[in-house]
Amino acid sequence: MAEATGIKEIIKPENLVYKKTKVMTDNILSYCPGCGHGTAHRILAEIIEEEGLQSEAIGVSPVGCSVLLYEFIDIDWQEAAHGRAPALATAIKRLLPEKFVFTYQGDGDLAAIGTAETIHACNRGENILIIFINNGIYGMTGGQMAPTTLPGMKSSTSPYGRDVKIMGNPLKMTDIVATLPGTYYVTRQSVHTPANVKKTKKAMRKAVQYQKLNKGTCFIEIVSNCPSGWKMTPVEANKWMEANMFPFYPLGDLKVPEEPTAQTKTNSEKK
Amino acid sequence: MEKELRLMKGNEAVAEAAIRAGADGYFGYPITPQSEILEYLMEAAPYNTTGMVVLQAESEVAAINMVYGGAACGKKVMTTSSSPGISLKQEGITYIAGAELPCLIVNVVRGGPGLGTIQPAQSDYFQATKGGGHGDYHLIVLAPASVQEMADFVELSFELAFKYRNPVMMLSDGAIGQMMEKVWLKPQKERSKTVPAWATTGKPPTRERIIITSLDLDPNGQEKFNQKLIAKYNEIKEKEVRYEELMCDDADYIFVAYGTSARVCMKSIQLARALGIKTGLLRPITLYPFPSKRLNELAGRVKMMVSVEMSAGQMVEDVMLSVNGKIPVYHFGRMGGIVTEPEEVVDFLKSKL
Repeated sequence: MAEATGIKEIIKPENLVYKKTKVMTDNILSYCPGCGHGTAHRILAEIIEEEGLQSEAIGVSPVGCSVLLYEFIDIDWQEAAHGRAPALATAIKRLLPEKFVFTYQGDGDLAAIGTAETIHACNRGENILIIFINNGIYGMTGGQMAPTTLPGMKSSTSPYGRDVKIMGNPLKMTDIVATLPGTYYVTRQSVHTPANVKKTKKAMRKAVQYQKLNKGTCFIEIVSNCPSGWKMTPVEANKWMEANMFPFYPLGDLKVPEEPTAQTKTNSEKK
Repeated sequence: MEKELRLMKGNEAVAEAAIRAGADGYFGYPITPQSEILEYLMEAAPYNTTGMVVLQAESEVAAINMVYGGAACGKKVMTTSSSPGISLKQEGITYIAGAELPCLIVNVVRGGPGLGTIQPAQSDYFQATKGGGHGDYHLIVLAPASVQEMADFVELSFELAFKYRNPVMMLSDGAIGQMMEKVWLKPQKERSKTVPAWATTGKPPTRERIIITSLDLDPNGQEKFNQKLIAKYNEIKEKEVRYEELMCDDADYIFVAYGTSARVCMKSIQLARALGIKTGLLRPITLYPFPSKRLNELAGRVKMMVSVEMSAGQMVEDVMLSVNGKIPVYHFGRMGGIVTEPEEVVDFLKSKL
């Protein structure tokens, strides 16, 4: 009891040092405990606020766990059909070239049903940002095998583990788009530790600058977890992700601009 | 550009009319018999003049979703295709209807099912007028019967689409798309600078964020939305029915036909009248909303109606529903890309007398 009272005394507005960004709405996140989506949303919202993009941004949300993303970030949104977000973003950016246009898509959305839209938007070099959350599973529909599910990994549609002879191989979309001439900046990050959060945020900030300079498609994969779908606690899920997902989907830049512009330097130093 | 008389294909007329109507964007994919639309636009390169975006997409699926993205920004956007391509677009079309977005979709119909033929047909009537994709929705469907109407209906489609925030389909066919006729083109209009209040353009601090979606997880909310759509469709049925009557005043028999079949029937009524059979033609210009009221009135004083379509009999069901059993209604038409001959229509009528 004494301890609880102590905490109450500490939790006062004047003691708050870490606040919700204004660009996040007050709606309660619909994600499971430990899920990476919430962190990814927050970073994105922070970037939108810090870069002064709230009135410029038009986001395209996917079909999947983050289908209700438009409830959480306070900007204009379009909700796409499953996999089609890059097609919407293509038209939005071409018709409103001054706006900041991005998609936010899961691995089922982007790497399975939306493969064509993703590859062609990237290959045309559409001046948009694609944020790709890869947790190796279809979370929303209850943990089915995704195109990104690892070999041997169990899911509700690969209950004995993904047998690549029967079910085919996982698809590394980020590696594919990095080979396309239309992409300018391609990176793979995570958001499971404060250090990784910082790196991902830095990547997003770069992508914002590159879009302002009309450089082409920026593609940020965030390797993430799915405690519910993987049937693990959040801590176990992050450990499993480090031990299994990262060796298959190594973190780091896959394609970086040869010469960073002066403007990019200024902004990455800004923090 | 002033008002101008040109000799053009129906497909070319659509493309030129779109530029002149001040369209903001076109997203297409090649398919016979409508590829001239995309080719014409690429050659005209309106992005250098009016600023209209023209893009060849990687698929019909991508093209219709680009239309979604552009329409949700409040822009006048369109796509065109032919039957197999229109089937691919159905997912996007139902999302566009569900998000209440205005746009123009042109279907230059060819015979089906499947890959079918590249010759003209009217076998996509059900798909166009009854929804086409999943869920309870309707498109406004216009049926041009000439190259002139291919041109004129572009602007009309955008007007209706924005008035009702509803996708509009122009249901043409391979004959009207490919044939050349003289066409009066309207002067160049400026692209609109007005932004509809519902469009996503980036959220200024002065307003709430705009969300374009067709999702409502609450069944009560979804039902309310369905009711809202029904109310909109009822208003459209009330205000937007368009049709043309030819020699119906003294007719004993009426052909109901749209597009190319209506052109055929114009000859058929002359042939029949030369034989002393008083026939007339009712040509629906809007297939949705369908001129049901007028057909029901006419059924009170004529003896029979024949729905003439280049299909196995699709519009005939709407004619029957309109007439509601008052008089006999038959279907006649060729299929598979064959255009019905005027004499065949008269022979069919004679066989039913």
